[in-house]
Amino acid sequence: MNKIWLITKREYFTRVKNRTFLLSTFLLPLVIVLFLAGFILLAVHGKSRHRIAVIDANGYFKDYLKSDASIEFDFSAGLDSLNYESKGCTAALIIPPLQQNEKTTYRLKYKKQLGPANEEDLRDRINNVITSHMIFEQTHISPATLDSIRSHSATAELETFEDTGKEAKLSSHRIASAIGYVSGLLIYILTFVYGAAVMRGVMEEKTNRIAEVVISSVRPFQLMLGKIAGIGAVGLTQFLLWIILLTGLTAIGQLFIPHDTWMEVQSLQQASAMSGPSVAKAGDAAQLIYELKNGISATNWLLIIFCFLFYFLGGYFFYSSLFAAIGSAVNEDPQEAQSLMLPITMPIVFSFVIMSIAVQDPGGSLAVWASIIPFSAPIVMMARIPFGVPGTVPWWQLGLSMLFLVLGFLSSTWIAGKIYRTGILLYGKKPTWKTLWKWAFRKN
Amino acid sequence: MELLSVSHLKKYFASQKAVDDVSFTIRPGSIFGLLGPNGAGKTTLIRMLTGIFYPDEGSILFKGRRFDPLKDIAQIGYMPEERGLYKKMKIGEQAVYLARLKGLDKHTATEKVRQWFIKFEMQTWWNKKVEDLSKGMGQKLQFVITVLHEPSLIILDEPFSGLDPVNSNLIKEEIYNLAAKGSTIIFSTHRMEQVEEICDHIILLNKGKKILDGTVHSVKQQFKENLFRIGLEPATDLTASIAPAASTAPSTRPTASDLLPRSPDGVSEINDLFEIVSRQSDDLIVKIRPGVLTNQVLSWFIDRNTGINSFNEILPSLNDIFIRLVEGTPLTRQFQATDPDKEPVSMTALPVSHHTSHKPIEDE
Repeated sequence: MNKIWLITKREYFTRVKNRTFLLSTFLLPLVIVLFLAGFILLAVHGKSRHRIAVIDANGYFKDYLKSDASIEFDFSAGLDSLNYESKGCTAALIIPPLQQNEKTTYRLKYKKQLGPANEEDLRDRINNVITSHMIFEQTHISPATLDSIRSHSATAELETFEDTGKEAKLSSHRIASAIGYVSGLLIYILTFVYGAAVMRGVMEEKTNRIAEVVISSVRPFQLMLGKIAGIGAVGLTQFLLWIILLTGLTAIGQLFIPHDTWMEVQSLQQASAMSGPSVAKAGDAAQLIYELKNGISATNWLLIIFCFLFYFLGGYFFYSSLFAAIGSAVNEDPQEAQSLMLPITMPIVFSFVIMSIAVQDPGGSLAVWASIIPFSAPIVMMARIPFGVPGTVPWWQLGLSMLFLVLGFLSSTWIAGKIYRTGILLYGKKPTWKTLWKWAFRKN
Repeated sequence: MELLSVSHLKKYFASQKAVDDVSFTIRPGSIFGLLGPNGAGKTTLIRMLTGIFYPDEGSILFKGRRFDPLKDIAQIGYMPEERGLYKKMKIGEQAVYLARLKGLDKHTATEKVRQWFIKFEMQTWWNKKVEDLSKGMGQKLQFVITVLHEPSLIILDEPFSGLDPVNSNLIKEEIYNLAAKGSTIIFSTHRMEQVEEICDHIILLNKGKKILDGTVHSVKQQFKENLFRIGLEPATDLTASIAPAASTAPSTRPTASDLLPRSPDGVSEINDLFEIVSRQSDDLIVKIRPGVLTNQVLSWFIDRNTGINSFNEILPSLNDIFIRLVEGTPLTRQFQATDPDKEPVSMTALPVSHHTSHKPIEDE
């Protein structure tokens, strides 16, 4: 035990004292923030505008279809399905005479694809036009009046509450899925980063030929465990620094919110507390901050941080011991590691994919099962927990998932230990999964 | 009491008998040579002695008790042939770390590292990194790390490889010192002249089996070929003094043609007592026939008034014995399967590849 501790300390301090540790600790959050900001910016501003020539046999579409930021409609006479491109349009919408109560097909001919979101949007607009026109024909309410009614009637806001039995808690799915997504993403990145660090560390010991020197003093299993524990501790340190960094940044960020916005947020809070109709007219920024504040205060941070630590460590131990086994088996050639790593990286990548589905539908059966089996539990469960325990995630699921993860990493460490013991002293033989399997399961 | 007593030790890998029923004992304070060609099973044997491998069969007694790797490992210092260090770690820190893994507390470890560094004039290295060291320097550091915790059993696998003569001597002196202070040393090497110089007792492994066991002296006696070097007086007129062999009566004066070897290869001289193997001016090498005493040979020369300056027995070198015993053994015995139908799996390559893939520290 004492020897594992010594090894752990060495692994920890040689890494934490390294300049790259500090650099990555402060740069990684920055990179993630920049990446997300860039992503949002591109999604908002990077949309291309489509100019669609409308060839309408009914004649009323031009009264209803209004051009906007994403689509411009061109109703000029003389446009047809052959010359639309030369007149500067990217697509032509051909609407034949529509018969009441009869399915009619209309067509879009394009040079530049609209994309699924725009196509969906276009379909909705056409149906809205038909609805509006039918309302006009039957009630003689002008399209302008109808528009004005539509825009003035959008006054109701949804607030969702999680029913915890004793009290109803204000919740925000948007905030929950954001927290879930970030937690899952962090565990995904950390599993890879630290798993790879373990593998490199083991390979270094093997290629430096220090492995046999150390193994004559400690058991191979102790050496492996010490390394995994030491690098895991580095990960925890990094996580702790991030929490401090994030809290600090949030505090600083609040200073930059204008006083007026704060006043609006406060009135929103008061209105909500009285459960009365929202009288305050708040700006978008205030609405957003209000939602953030509510979401953050509704979130059980203690539980999330505890679960994050548990699933980070569980997932890390589960996968890093397998990474260690691979590191012990390969020689100097990094190519060998690449090909052996695939079966280990695949489940991690799959977990990430399942996680992005789980944040949309945290109660779905895919999300539930993926959060229980240990291969994907660390990433997927972390995406579900912010939606509420024991609401979205019942206690039995959380308990079962944790139990399986513990059993999972115990067995993966055990198997990895057996591979490691043989691999670490074996040079010059190109390893395959078949040989690793033999090492893991052969009798002593 | 023996320090180490190994009996019927076996370690079989899937397609190879790496160590096949080996028994020997080592006295405390002796320097014990573990010899054998590449792939003979030396490294596997050493790994069992250091607790890295568990034997399939047989027993190891350490200081009279059953060898317990977890406990006894603190009393063993092992310098493997494939050795290296953490390249980015400072030398002093590294030595202290490895000593603490052997069970020393921090204070003692630091103190001992200091003492050894002073002894080997390495004090200024403390804060250097291993990657800045030459191979020879790394080797010295390895040796210090191996013996730092004052083990009662020190196992050195090719300790002199890569060392210049000055540093070789330094290490050799330390090996003698340690043995004199009561440490027992197992010394594994291919360099027979070092074995002859250093070791008291040797065993020779080949194909996993022990084929030779004894002191350096007794082994040489066992393999001697009754060869003697006779230095004749330069003035001696050979043609006038040495008698012909069988056909002529002893009383008759020999003639020149009878005295000299008749053919250039020098093995044609025939008499009852010896045959001349080779001759270079005054230097004669003879092989005495079985049952003949050396005094009879001397008398034979004295009877013929031949002046003799020297008369020495020629013992075979360990090198000759080694080559004679293992000659014809294929270098690798990867395919010597215990079960001929079984496909050889990777473990089999262990003792062999270990040698063939050797890379010096500085290359990495």
